[in-house]
Amino acid sequence: MSVLATPVPAERRRALTRAAGLPIAAAALVAVILLSIAVGAKSIPIGDVIDGVLRDDGSESAAIVRELRVPRTLVGLAVGMSLGVAGALMQALTRNPLADPGLLGIEAGASAAVVVAIAWLGLSQPRAYVWFAFAGAALASVVVYVLGSRGRAGATPVRLALSGTAVAAALTAFVYGVTLLDPEAFDEFRFWDVGSLVGRDLTILRDVGPFLLAGLVLAVALARPLNALAMGDDSGRALGAHIGRTRAFGALAITLLCGGATAVAGPIWFVGLAIPHLARAIAGPDQRWVIAYSVLLAPILLVGADVVGRVIVRPGELEVGIITALVGAPVFIALVRRTRIAQL
Amino acid sequence: MTAIALRGLSLRVRRRSAAVCAALVVATFAASVLSVGTGDFPLSVGEVLAVLAGQGDPAATFIVETLRLPRVLTALLVGGAFGIAGAIFQSVSRNPLGSPDIIGFTMGSVTGAFVVILWLDGTTFQIALGAVCGGMVTAIAVYLLALQGGGLQGYRLVLVGIGASAMLLAVNDYLITRATRDDAFQAAHWMIGSVNGRGWEHVWPVAAALAVLVPAALMLARPLAMLELGDDAARALGVPAERSRLALVFVAVGLTAVATASTGPIAFVALAAPQIARRLTRAAAPGLVSAGLMGALLLVASDLIAQRLLSVDLPVGIMTGALGGIYLGWLLFSGWGRT
Repeated sequence: MSVLATPVPAERRRALTRAAGLPIAAAALVAVILLSIAVGAKSIPIGDVIDGVLRDDGSESAAIVRELRVPRTLVGLAVGMSLGVAGALMQALTRNPLADPGLLGIEAGASAAVVVAIAWLGLSQPRAYVWFAFAGAALASVVVYVLGSRGRAGATPVRLALSGTAVAAALTAFVYGVTLLDPEAFDEFRFWDVGSLVGRDLTILRDVGPFLLAGLVLAVALARPLNALAMGDDSGRALGAHIGRTRAFGALAITLLCGGATAVAGPIWFVGLAIPHLARAIAGPDQRWVIAYSVLLAPILLVGADVVGRVIVRPGELEVGIITALVGAPVFIALVRRTRIAQL
Repeated sequence: MTAIALRGLSLRVRRRSAAVCAALVVATFAASVLSVGTGDFPLSVGEVLAVLAGQGDPAATFIVETLRLPRVLTALLVGGAFGIAGAIFQSVSRNPLGSPDIIGFTMGSVTGAFVVILWLDGTTFQIALGAVCGGMVTAIAVYLLALQGGGLQGYRLVLVGIGASAMLLAVNDYLITRATRDDAFQAAHWMIGSVNGRGWEHVWPVAAALAVLVPAALMLARPLAMLELGDDAARALGVPAERSRLALVFVAVGLTAVATASTGPIAFVALAAPQIARRLTRAAAPGLVSAGLMGALLLVASDLIAQRLLSVDLPVGIMTGALGGIYLGWLLFSGWGRT
């Protein structure tokens, strides 16, 4: 890019906006995190929040902060970040605006495994589902990738999307079949299927965290090759990208990120779908910026939605999976109407 | 390519498409006859054909005409409607994942039905009405929200549809986690889609609606193929892009509404049938006829396998998802129609 002596003004303006937007988004994320620690069944003043995070002074609010609010916020942060980045990868990989991370069959695979755990093995705690969900997600995404990458052309976006849909349909049919024949299992499953952070603590994050981290590193490393592929396979090849390798590693990263997030919180569909569109609207098509923005914006949506869910029906709670879409979707529609969303 | 000319009406038919369509008709008819023949009182193929020709004995005639035929006809008509609607949506949105979901119809209809089931405790008819109202309201809202200045863009329609679907999914999740177990169970059952216990009162409305909507869809097939070339190319070929697209979306939503009202949303048929048909015919243009036939076959065959051969009481939507998913996966695996 250094060949260009002076960038055109419009491009310079966009470069400015996206550079300035990043610190703003980061500040918003910090604010949402503090809010998430402060708000709940017992409200805690921001001063005590910061005290409680920094040191354990033995007070009741410090205990709430350290044992309940901080773990839940961290879980939300990790889940949101992973879903956002996985969605950005998926949309870049398939060049399809309808692509959500679940397109690789991940959520359907996780659901099928969790249904097996509930109906046939009698497990009934979100913590017990984690490895089932993860294993199901991984297995499904391998099948989808193998189906989608047969033939001379390899894993083309359309074939990948179609094989993902086909596998997801078969697995969903399995889930419906099992739950309809076993009302007890249905009763259990409907609550996992919503997507929630209730009862998820740091042990879950400790188990799944390394996978999420690996996926994130992989996603960042793939930003450049994905940029090269954005103009089509031939130009990508001419720019030195290894198409097959990029797609395979991309699928691996998505499986780690989305599989891990789904294992922790259950299927939360909207974040991975909407956030990358917003990131592209702000930052343009450059995948490096899209990932940077997804990392910041997705947890704002998820953790923010979790806070709203805790406040809105006090003393009860609304699941985060419900609130993300209920709050996020109108904003998303408004943005789609106002701005020119960068096409894939 | 073969040209057929008949008193001024000329039709160009691709040999392969015609052969595939003929094979689909034969297969669908065979599956229907088998489906009518199997059950608690098995009838031979000969007996079924005799009844259909109006020459069966009274017992067989009763079984076929009041118990089994309406159910199979419902599956046939609904499958065809979903198949054609799916082909239109995929072509209009230029997206292989296109289906009535794109305009939010499916999620809207589920919300409508859930409200009737969970809050109003309605009858089957009221549930169907709720589903159609929910779907229609959502589809119109998405269409209006996506309209902007320069008219309707496929891309914006898709994104607004995503947003609306996500919101309604959240509403549905809320409704189903707050309901009692039995109510939630009934709602989930409806959502999968079933042809259990469908009688003539279900067949006639669908048949009447399809008698209007299918010819309309076929008349719009040429503009649809032109629109796939892009709006400018279509306009240059004398097709009014905006108006044709609106008409197409209208017909597709109508087909989906009728089908959903009678069986519930059997979502995967709309997505899979056009894809499978396109891979079999290897045609470049969206084949509405082949997609419709494929949808009908998919639904009748699913019903035959689920209810008659496995004899488990599962709604047909489950078998459709499994059968369609596995078949589409196999088509991809064996490398058919590399498009």
